Amino acid sequence: MTPSEIVDLLGRTFDQALLDSKTEGVLNSWALVAPDRLRDIAFFCRDDERLQFDSLMCLSGMDHGAGILGVVYHLDSTPLGHRIVLKVKVPAADPRVPSVEAVWKCANWQEREAYDMVGVVFDGHPDLRRILLPEDWDGFPLRKDYQVPEYYNGMKVPS
Amino acid sequence: MDTPAVALDSAHRPLTVPGFPRPLKAHELVVNMGPQHPSTHGVLRLELILDGEVVVDVVPHIGYLHRCFEKHAEQMANYQQVIPYCDRMDYVAAMSAEFGYVVAMERMLKIKVPERVEYIRVIMAELQRIANHMIAIGTYGLDIGAFTPFLYLFRDRELILDIFEETCGARLLYNYMWIGGLSHDVQPNFTDKLLKFCAAFRPTIREINNLLSYNAIFVKRTADVGVLPAETAVNYGASGPVLRGSGVRWDLRKNDPYSVYDRFDFEIPVGTGEKGTVGDCWDRYMVRVREMEQSLNIIEQAAAKLPAGNVQEAIPKRIRPDAGEVYARTETPKGDLGYYIVSDGTASPARVKVRPPCFVNLSLLPAICRGALIADVVAVLGSIDIVLGEVDR
Amino acid sequence: MGLLDQRFENGNVFITTADNLLNWARLSSMWPMQFGLACCAIEMMATGASHYDLDRFGIFFRGTPRQADVMIVAGTVTLKMASRIKTLYDQMAEPRYVLSMGSCSNCGGPYWEHGYHVLKGVDRVVPVDVYVPGCPPRPEALMEGLMKLQDKIRRESLVKPAPLPHAAADRA
Repeated sequence: MTPSEIVDLLGRTFDQALLDSKTEGVLNSWALVAPDRLRDIAFFCRDDERLQFDSLMCLSGMDHGAGILGVVYHLDSTPLGHRIVLKVKVPAADPRVPSVEAVWKCANWQEREAYDMVGVVFDGHPDLRRILLPEDWDGFPLRKDYQVPEYYNGMKVPS
Repeated sequence: MDTPAVALDSAHRPLTVPGFPRPLKAHELVVNMGPQHPSTHGVLRLELILDGEVVVDVVPHIGYLHRCFEKHAEQMANYQQVIPYCDRMDYVAAMSAEFGYVVAMERMLKIKVPERVEYIRVIMAELQRIANHMIAIGTYGLDIGAFTPFLYLFRDRELILDIFEETCGARLLYNYMWIGGLSHDVQPNFTDKLLKFCAAFRPTIREINNLLSYNAIFVKRTADVGVLPAETAVNYGASGPVLRGSGVRWDLRKNDPYSVYDRFDFEIPVGTGEKGTVGDCWDRYMVRVREMEQSLNIIEQAAAKLPAGNVQEAIPKRIRPDAGEVYARTETPKGDLGYYIVSDGTASPARVKVRPPCFVNLSLLPAICRGALIADVVAVLGSIDIVLGEVDR
Repeated sequence: MGLLDQRFENGNVFITTADNLLNWARLSSMWPMQFGLACCAIEMMATGASHYDLDRFGIFFRGTPRQADVMIVAGTVTLKMASRIKTLYDQMAEPRYVLSMGSCSNCGGPYWEHGYHVLKGVDRVVPVDVYVPGCPPRPEALMEGLMKLQDKIRRESLVKPAPLPHAAADRA
C-alpha cells in the first residue's frame, strides 16, 4: 500500500483520531494521531491484513519546544514491505501516552528510555522506571530546558 | 519445616526486586553479576534471581556507560562533528556506525556520492564486520572457557587494523566516512593488501571450526541452550545474527539494500538447528562464522571492481539541510542500526535518535534465560553479542 | 637497575637492598584487574593478545580485585559507575596502583563539555598513578604507561622520606 492509502485507511477507521499527516514531499510519510486512541490504532496497524505492521523499528521521545513533548513511532511491515511513521504530541505539563508494549514487545525498553530521557509517562507500561540514568537522577536530560546539575552524590558534574 | 512461603526482609516486609513482578519466595536467592565481571562484555549488571542453580528471572541493569550521545549530537556546531561520537557508540564496529549516519544524512541532503566512495565504504564495512565477528567469537570462546581461538583471532584482526591504519590513521575509532565522501583515499596497494588478507584469513576460519565450532565441549555448552523461537525474536525486534540464528532470513543488505550492496553476490546464513534446536546459542554463533566467509566474498568482488575517482568531490562545504527528518537503517554486524535525524533548518541537528541493535537484542535476555542454569546465562549473553557503548549510548 | 640476568660473576650470591628486591618483585608481576569500561578496553585486550603481548612483562589479567595489583581504568567513567569503581578500588589489597587509560578517564575525553552523566576524570574518585593519553591509546602507548608505572614502583622505598632541611627547621 502507498503511504497515502495507509493514512486514508487509518483516517477512515479512526475518524477524528487522525489529526494531521504528510505524505508528499517527505522522505518518511507520517501521521499525527490523538494520544488517547493510540493503543487501538497500534493494534489495528499490527493485526489488519492490509497493513501487517509487525515491526516497531524505532520509538523516539521528542521535545518539540514550547511545552510540547512527543513520541514518534517508526513502523515497518516485513511481509508487505511498506512503512509509516506515527506521531503523538502531548503537553509537557501532563505528558501521558498509552503504552504499546502489549502490541510490540520491543517497545518495553524503548518506552522506558523515552521516559528516562524526555519524561513522557506511558500508561499501562508494566515496569516504567529509569533505564539509562541512575534511579535517583533528577530531571529529564533531552528536554531543551534541561540544566546540568552541579553535583551528583558528592561528585562534581561539570568539567 | 515451618518456613514462610515468601522471603521477608529485616523489617518483616516481603522482599521485592524492582523489575521482578512478584515478591521473592523464601528459597529464592538474588545474585548480582557485574557491573564489573569478566563475562559481561562490558559494564552490564545482571541481577539473577535463582532457585538453586536454576534462573527464575534475570533483571538487566544498564546505563553504566551512558555517555549522552543524543545530547552531544544536539549541541555540536554542525552535522559533521557528530561522526566521531557515532564511532564511539559501537566501538567494536565503528565503520558500520559511521556508515549508518552518513547514509541517513546523504538521504536527507540528496547527495549522490561517487562510485569509488560507495565501493570503498562497502569494503570497509565488510572488513569491519569480520573484525567485529572476530572479537565476538574470540570472547565467546573465552567466556565458555577456550582461550586459544581468542589469541588466533586477535592475531588476524591486527591484519585488518593494519589496513584501516594505513588508510585513515586510526586503529579503532576512525572518523573516516564523512557526509558525501571519505576523509582519505586508500593507498595504492589497497587491493593487493585486501586480497592477501582474504587469502590469509580463509585458513583461519577453518582453524576456528576445527578448534571451537565443532568441539564437543563447545557444542555441549551451546547447542539446545538459550533457544529463541522466531516469533518471539520478531516481536521483540531482534535483528542481525540473533534473528538469523532463529531461522528468519532477514538481512537489510538484501531486504532493504543501501549503498551498492545489490551489486554483489553473497548468501545470508541462517540457523538451521544443525547441532540442536533452531535458535540456540550454537546457531547464532555459527551464523557469525559463516557471515565472515560471506564478507570475504563481498570484499573480493568489490576489490576486483573498484572504480577510480575522487573520494572527496561530493563532500559539501557547508551542511544546512532544510527542515525535515529522515530515518535510515543499515545492517551492522550486531543487527539493524537506525538513525532518526530531525533537522530544523540550522547547521546543527535538532534531534538525533539512534535505534541501537544491541539495546533491543539485550531486552530479549530475560525471556531466553528463564529456566536456564547460571552457566547458560553466560553462554546466552555471549551469543547475543552486545557492546555496552551502543546499548547505553 | 634493570634485569639481574648475568650481572654477577661470583657464584650464587646477590647483594642488594631490600628496597630493590621488593620493587623488582612488584614491578615484574603487576596483575591488572580485568576492568574494561569502553573503547579503551578493546585496545587493552589487543595489548594483552598475542601481537602486543603483555604476558612477557609478567602482566596478566585477574578477574577479581582481591587478587589484583593494578586497576587499569580503560574507558569512560560515568556517574552511575563511579561509586562502583570506588568500591572496587577499596577492595584491592595494598600495594595497589591505578593507571588511567585514555582521555575519558583522564579528564572526561570527548564528553567533557556536554556529558551530563560523565565523570570528568577518574581521579575525582580514586587516586591515579599514571595517565595514558589517547583516544584510544595505541597498545604501544599503554605499554609505555605500564613501563612508567614500573619506573614509579622502582623508585619506591620502605623508608619514610626525610623532610628537607628547611622544612625540618619549620617543624622543630
